Amino acid sequence: MKPLLELTDYKVSYGGIKAVKGIDLAVNEGELVCLIGANGAGKTTTLKAICGLIKTAGGRALYQGENITGARSFELVRRGLAMVPEGRGIFGQLTIEENLAMGAYTRRDYGAIKTDTEQVFELFPRLRERRKQPAGTLSGGEQQMLAMGRAILSKPKLLLLDEPSMGLAPLMVKKVFETVRAISAQGVTILLIEQNAKLALQISSRGYVMESGAITLSGQASQLLDNPKVREAYLGEQAA
Amino acid sequence: MEIFLQQIINGLTLGSVYALVALGYTMVYGIIGLINFAHGEVVMVGAMIALSVVQALIGAQLGLPPGLVILVGLAVAMPICMGIAYTAERVAYRPLRSAPRLAPLITAIGVSIVLQNLAMIIWGRNYLNFPDIIKPSPIEFGGAFITDVQILIIGVAALIMAGLLLVVHKTRLGMAMRATAQNQQVAGLMGIDINTVISAAFLIGAALAAVAGVLVTLYYGIAHYHMGFILGLKAFTAAVLGGIGNLGGAMLGGVLLGIIEALGAGYIGDLTGGFLGSHYQDVFAFAVLIIVLVFRPSGLLGERVGDRA
Repeated sequence: MKPLLELTDYKVSYGGIKAVKGIDLAVNEGELVCLIGANGAGKTTTLKAICGLIKTAGGRALYQGENITGARSFELVRRGLAMVPEGRGIFGQLTIEENLAMGAYTRRDYGAIKTDTEQVFELFPRLRERRKQPAGTLSGGEQQMLAMGRAILSKPKLLLLDEPSMGLAPLMVKKVFETVRAISAQGVTILLIEQNAKLALQISSRGYVMESGAITLSGQASQLLDNPKVREAYLGEQAA
Repeated sequence: MEIFLQQIINGLTLGSVYALVALGYTMVYGIIGLINFAHGEVVMVGAMIALSVVQALIGAQLGLPPGLVILVGLAVAMPICMGIAYTAERVAYRPLRSAPRLAPLITAIGVSIVLQNLAMIIWGRNYLNFPDIIKPSPIEFGGAFITDVQILIIGVAALIMAGLLLVVHKTRLGMAMRATAQNQQVAGLMGIDINTVISAAFLIGAALAAVAGVLVTLYYGIAHYHMGFILGLKAFTAAVLGGIGNLGGAMLGGVLLGIIEALGAGYIGDLTGGFLGSHYQDVFAFAVLIIVLVFRPSGLLGERVGDRA
């Protein structure tokens, strides 16, 4: 399999601090790969740099075999690279429908957008009920559903998810992970960032462990789940 | 009672112009958080160019109908205003997009000074008179009078504002503008080129400014190189009154400010026993600004829906 996304010696500095210190990471077409690690390990910074929200300090990012280092985010979206940012990033004053329409902003196949929107509503009936309301009135979990629905509507080839379960109630967390798996099953390649390492590894095929800006471990998700270091550091009591 | 009604009509007329200009402030502020102090100068440039074109056309004695002459003036002024606003954003504001807020603000004042002085060099220091091509014919209306020029101003402003609301709420560009106003980064992640959206806000604002410039010149019959300063400040006040960043607020604020000012000017003589005359009307606009900033800085319609993280 050829990698859809490939980072080589990727470096990012954030406010003068070397947040990502030269990592190698690859996501193959159709894969669901997770990047786990503690708060402040540099996961979000990596993701932000990939989609052009912050500058890279060195190394190279290839997407579909092309160098995307320094590309701007709106251009990447048009090439099928979508991201659901940390904190969901929904437009609170736009209605739910409008938020979903924003997801399809780059598309021109209006008929298909309609059917896809219907599919999102099938997946998240709660969104259909409240389609005309400002998205800011949704609960945190519902907002995450909306953010994911919006990402689906952009018909991405590669979807970057930044902490989709953050701050959500356990039931919602489950729903979020089910959704990630469902999107993956539709053939979308996913790079998932999570602090909830156990759940992330359970649905992923491969995983990377990041610590202080460097990749310290990588491999098959099942192997990482059994790795004593991972169990101790990231699965904590859950593994015991 | 006649005075009251008359001042309401006058206030509505002036307020419509304030509202058009206030929209330019509020759109730009809503999207990039900049108070574009050069916006009043764009109105002035629009007025000066339109007036010059009208003078030239009348001077050439082509026998064109007055309405057409004014339309040609506007048609020349509008693209020039849009070009100025676009260029100012590209050259002066965009390089400072990530700078502290004070830097672009001061730059905007700089752009304003440049435009004012350029206008002074081109058109001189004197008041320019709008050629006497439209004789305002007053229509009686419950003891007060409304002229056809006033009806034109109110009507044109209302039409344009309705059109703007339609664009902002019903089109792709409008949706992109609203999304960018809320979160530039995420808007970029949706595939929106925020530079295009920001340019669009400046262009639309400048187009409205050109219309406002023509209308205000038509109303007062004069134009001069520093007319944009006070007009800009008042429109800014209107935008703050309505809630800066809020389109409906700019419209409401503009009309309210016009009415407050007109009523104030109409009654200040009586209220102070003739001590202060109607030439103190500017006092009201800035008193309103101070009151709003002290008691309701978010304005009348500001901050209606909160974002939950």
